[in-house]
Amino acid sequence: MRAFDLVSPTRLQDVSSLLEDGKGQILAGGTDLLDRLKERIDQPERVVDINGLRELHGITNGVGLSLGSLTTIADVAEDGRVRDAYTALAEAAASVATPQLRNMGTLGGNLCQRPRCWYYRSNDYPCLKKGGHECYAVSGRNKYHAIFGGGPSYIVHPSDTAPALIALGAELEIHGAQGERMLALADFFQGPRENLLSENALGLDELIARIYLPKPKASTRSTFLKFREKQSLDFAVSSVAVALEMDGESVRDGRIVLGGVAPIPWSVPAAVEQLQGRTLSSAAIDDAAAAAVEGARPLDENGFKVTLTRNLLRRALQQLA
Amino acid sequence: MASWKPYTEMTVVGSRQPRIDGPEKVTGRAKYTWDQRPPGMLYGALLTSPYAAAKLISIDATKARALVGVHAVLTDVHPTGNVRFAGEYVAAVAAVDKQVALDAVALIEVKWNERSHVVTLWDAIEEGAPRVFADQENVKENDRGEGDVEAGFAEAEQIVEAEFFTQVQTHSPLETHGSVAAWEGDELTVWDSTQAVHGVREGLAKALEMPANKVRVICQHMGGGFGAKLGPGAYTVIAAKLAQAAAAPVQLMLSRKDQHLSVGNRPDSWQKLKLGATKDGRCTAFECTTWGSGGIGGRGGVPQPYVYQFPAWKQKHHNVATNTGGARAFRAPGRPQACFAMEQIIDEMAWTLGLDPLEVRLLNDGNETRQAQWKIGAERIDWQRWRQRQPGAGAGPIKRGVGMGASIWFTGGRGTKAQMDILSDGTVEVRCGTQDIGTGTRTLIAAVAAEELGLPIEAVQARIGDSNFPFSGGSGGSTTAPSVAPAIKVTAENGKAELAAVVARHLGIATTELTFDGGTVRTASGQSLSWREACALLGATTISVQGEWQEGLSGSNVAGCQFAEVEVDTETGRIDVIKVVAVADCGLIVDRLTTESQVNGAIIQGVSYALLEERVMDADTGRMVNADFENYKILGALEVPEIDVILYDQPERGVIGIGEPPTIPTSAAVANAVFHATGVRLRELPMTPDKVLAALEEA
Repeated sequence: MRAFDLVSPTRLQDVSSLLEDGKGQILAGGTDLLDRLKERIDQPERVVDINGLRELHGITNGVGLSLGSLTTIADVAEDGRVRDAYTALAEAAASVATPQLRNMGTLGGNLCQRPRCWYYRSNDYPCLKKGGHECYAVSGRNKYHAIFGGGPSYIVHPSDTAPALIALGAELEIHGAQGERMLALADFFQGPRENLLSENALGLDELIARIYLPKPKASTRSTFLKFREKQSLDFAVSSVAVALEMDGESVRDGRIVLGGVAPIPWSVPAAVEQLQGRTLSSAAIDDAAAAAVEGARPLDENGFKVTLTRNLLRRALQQLA
Repeated sequence: MASWKPYTEMTVVGSRQPRIDGPEKVTGRAKYTWDQRPPGMLYGALLTSPYAAAKLISIDATKARALVGVHAVLTDVHPTGNVRFAGEYVAAVAAVDKQVALDAVALIEVKWNERSHVVTLWDAIEEGAPRVFADQENVKENDRGEGDVEAGFAEAEQIVEAEFFTQVQTHSPLETHGSVAAWEGDELTVWDSTQAVHGVREGLAKALEMPANKVRVICQHMGGGFGAKLGPGAYTVIAAKLAQAAAAPVQLMLSRKDQHLSVGNRPDSWQKLKLGATKDGRCTAFECTTWGSGGIGGRGGVPQPYVYQFPAWKQKHHNVATNTGGARAFRAPGRPQACFAMEQIIDEMAWTLGLDPLEVRLLNDGNETRQAQWKIGAERIDWQRWRQRQPGAGAGPIKRGVGMGASIWFTGGRGTKAQMDILSDGTVEVRCGTQDIGTGTRTLIAAVAAEELGLPIEAVQARIGDSNFPFSGGSGGSTTAPSVAPAIKVTAENGKAELAAVVARHLGIATTELTFDGGTVRTASGQSLSWREACALLGATTISVQGEWQEGLSGSNVAGCQFAEVEVDTETGRIDVIKVVAVADCGLIVDRLTTESQVNGAIIQGVSYALLEERVMDADTGRMVNADFENYKILGALEVPEIDVILYDQPERGVIGIGEPPTIPTSAAVANAVFHATGVRLRELPMTPDKVLAALEEA
C-alpha cells in the first residue's frame, strides 16, 4: 500500500474538491478499496473518508424509498420496508458476501465496486482496465468472464444489488462540483467500449448521495436469484433480478436484469417482451429465458454461463408465477 | 513387550477429552509464529519472480537500501539465478515495519532474460516442449505391475475404459508458512510454523553450515500444514540470514499468494484406466497409463491399482516436470488421485454389469478389516434402500444419489523420546520434541501420562514444540500418535516406578504392592496416600526420567471406507454433499473427541478437493491467477455436509494414526454419488458446475 493522506470531510459540499483532481479515492465501507490499495492497483494520494457525512446514512420514506449511499448492505437486507415492497433488493443484499462484509460494505460502494477479474486484481497484469493494452482474459483463463457486452475488456460487473435496483427502477442522486443531478441507475453503468477505466458515469468530482426507489405498484412481483460456486462467500457466476408488473395473472410490463455475465448489469428487454400479455406459463417462461441469453458470446471456458443463466431465469420466473 | 490395558480398565485413554489447550486458542492467548515479537524485531518481505522461467541478469537494490527504515537487503537468495517458476524468491528485505519492507521490495530493480515455459501437464508432455531443466526431459517414465495382464483381459467378459483428471491442490493452511529468527551471539533461535521442530533444526543447521546444537526451533502452536511444513523452507534460511545481516530478530511470514505459489501442492493427475472383469464382477486384469506433474519437484505419483489386489495389473506412469512450484507431501500423497479414478472405474464396472457396486467391492477387496467396514457403512447410510434406485432415475431437476469409496494408509511410527519430571509438590511435567499440527498432541500426551499415573488429565503439563526437548519426528504420514503415545506411556511408567520406589521405601513395603489410581497411591493392605502426599516424600529432590518408543504399543496399516449422499441440481450444476458416513480404522483410541475431529477435518478437506479447490494457471504468462482465497475456493461453513463418523477401533492393535486416510475417498464417493444421482459420470476434479452442466449436456 502506498502512503496516502486521509481526509474526513463532514460536509457533502466539501467532497468534490477533494476528488476533482483525480488524486483522491472515496472510502466508504472499505471492503473493496483496501484490497486494491494493498495490491497497489490503486495508489491514491488522498483517501477521502466519507463516513462522517450523516446525510448519506440510513433509509427514509418518501414517495418510494430513499436509501443513503452509506447504508450498509446488512441494513438494506434487513429493512422491513425493503423486504416488504422491494423483495428483489432485499434478496440481493442478503446474498452479498458474508455477514461481516455486509456489516461493513455500503450500498453506494456496492454499486461503485471495481471488477473482480483475476487479471485486473493482480498487480502482475497491466490489463486494459488498468490502462494497459491487453485484456488477458481473451486468450487466458475466462471461466468467470463476460458472455454479453464484452470487448475490448471482458470483465463482469460484480454487484448483486445493481441488477435488483435497476429492475426496481432505481434512480441516483449524484453530487458533484456543479451541484446535484439525478440519473436512472439503468443509465449509470458504462461498458468498456464507452469507458475503460471505470464502470460508470460518475465524474471525477462526483459521488452517489442517495438511491431512490419509486413506490412499486401493488401488482409488482420481484425476486433475485444468485448462483455462486461457493455458498459461504462468493461473487455471482450469474444472477437474475426480475420485477414484473402484473395485470391479473398476466404480465403487463417489467424489467429483467442479469448480473455477473456482462461488464455492466445486463438488462434483457427482449425477455420481458416475451412475457408481456402472457401468463407465466411454462411456455412463456421458456421463451423469455431463451430470449434472455440470445446473442450471448461465450469465451473458451464460460459457455456454461449461458445454460446456467437461462435456467436461473426460468427458476426465478417460476417463483413469481 | 509393553501393552495397553483394556479400555474398561482405563479412565482417561479412550474417553472423550476436550483439548487441554482449547481455552488458550479460543481466547487468543496461544502464540503462533505469526504472534512472535522478540524485542527489536524487524519485518521481512520477499521479492519473487514474476516469470515462470527466466535467467536473472542483475539485481539492483540501491534504492531499496536507501529507504529509511530498511535494515537489510539480500540479493543473493536464489541459489542459481535460473528461475523455474513464478513465485520463486529472488531477494529479501528486513525493515522496521511491514509497509516499509514491501515498499523496499517494490524498489528493487531486476533485469531478467525471460525464457519459454510450460506450466501445465499437457504443455509439458508435448513433443518439443520447452524444458524445465535444461539437462533433462520433462517426462520420466516408470513401469510397474504383476501377473499376466493379457491373459487377464482375455479372461474378462466385460471391459471398461475411462480417463480421469485430478487438479493441483495447494495446501492452504490457515497459518501461512514462515519463521521468526533471532540470533544471540552464534546461537540461533527460530520460531517456525512447522510440522517438525527437529527436522527444521537439522535442516537449518545444514543450510547455514553451523552446529545443530546451536540452533533451537520453537513451535508452540501452528495453524496447519497438511504436509507442506516438514522441514525448513527457503524462507526460514532467508529469515536467519536477514536477522544476521540486520543484527536484529526478523519475522518473515509468507503472504497468501506466496503460500499458494511456493511451498507445495498436491500434484495433478491424468489417468487412462482399463479394467476387465467376469460377468459376476470379479476383476481379472487392470491396466493404466498415468501422468502426474509435481512442478519443479517433478514427481506426481499415482499409486494404482490403489487398494485392490487384482490378479494381473500394470501401470505405465509418467512423472512430469512443469514450471510451477514443487509438489510436497499432501495429506495422503497420491492416494486421493488414485482413489478418484479407481473407485469410479470399479463403480462403472458394477453398474455396467448390472451388479451392486457394494457387492463388486466386497468381491475384489481382499482387506479383512474393510470387508467388515463396507458392511457397517452401507448399513448406516441405508445402502440397501438406495441401491434400488437406478442411476439418474429420480424425478425433477434436483436429484439425489449415494456413492462409496475405500481408504487405506500405512502409518506406524517410531523413534520418539520423552522426559518426565515429577516434582515434590505433585506437579507433573512431560517434555517431548514433537509438535501439534492441529490434531491435539498436547492432549494426547497429557491423556497417556495421566492414565499411567492414575491422575486426571489436567494434572499433567505437556510441553512440546521445542527442539531442545527429546527427539520426536515430523508430524507427517499420520505418525505422530503412534510414535508419541508409546514414548509417553513408557516414560510415565518409568516415572511411576521411581515414585513407587520412594513410597515403598517410606512405607517399608515392596513396590509391587502399590497401585496408582484416582489421584491416590494405595497399598495392598489398604493404606493410601494422596498423589501430593506421595510426591512430598521426594523432599528436596525431583524425579526426572526418560523413556522412548517401544514396540507393542502402536500399529500400522489402516483401512476405511466412506459413503456420500449428494444432491445435484441439474439446472445449475451445483453439487451439494448432504451427508458423509465415514468408517475409520483407529486401533486404540487415545481421545475419541480429537479422533473424530480429525476425521471431520479430513472429510471437509475431501469435499473441498472434490468440489472447489483448484490451482488455475495462465499458460501464456505462466502464473497462477487465483493465488488468493477469493478465487482459490475452499469449502466454507455452508458447504460442510453432515458427517457421521464411525470409529472402527481395534484396541489390540495399539495406537495408529488417523489424520490422512479419511481424506482419501471423499471425492471418489462424491463422484460415484453424482453418477448415482444423475446417471452421468464426472471424471474431472474439481466437480464444479461448469463440468456438471457440460457432462449433463453431453449425456
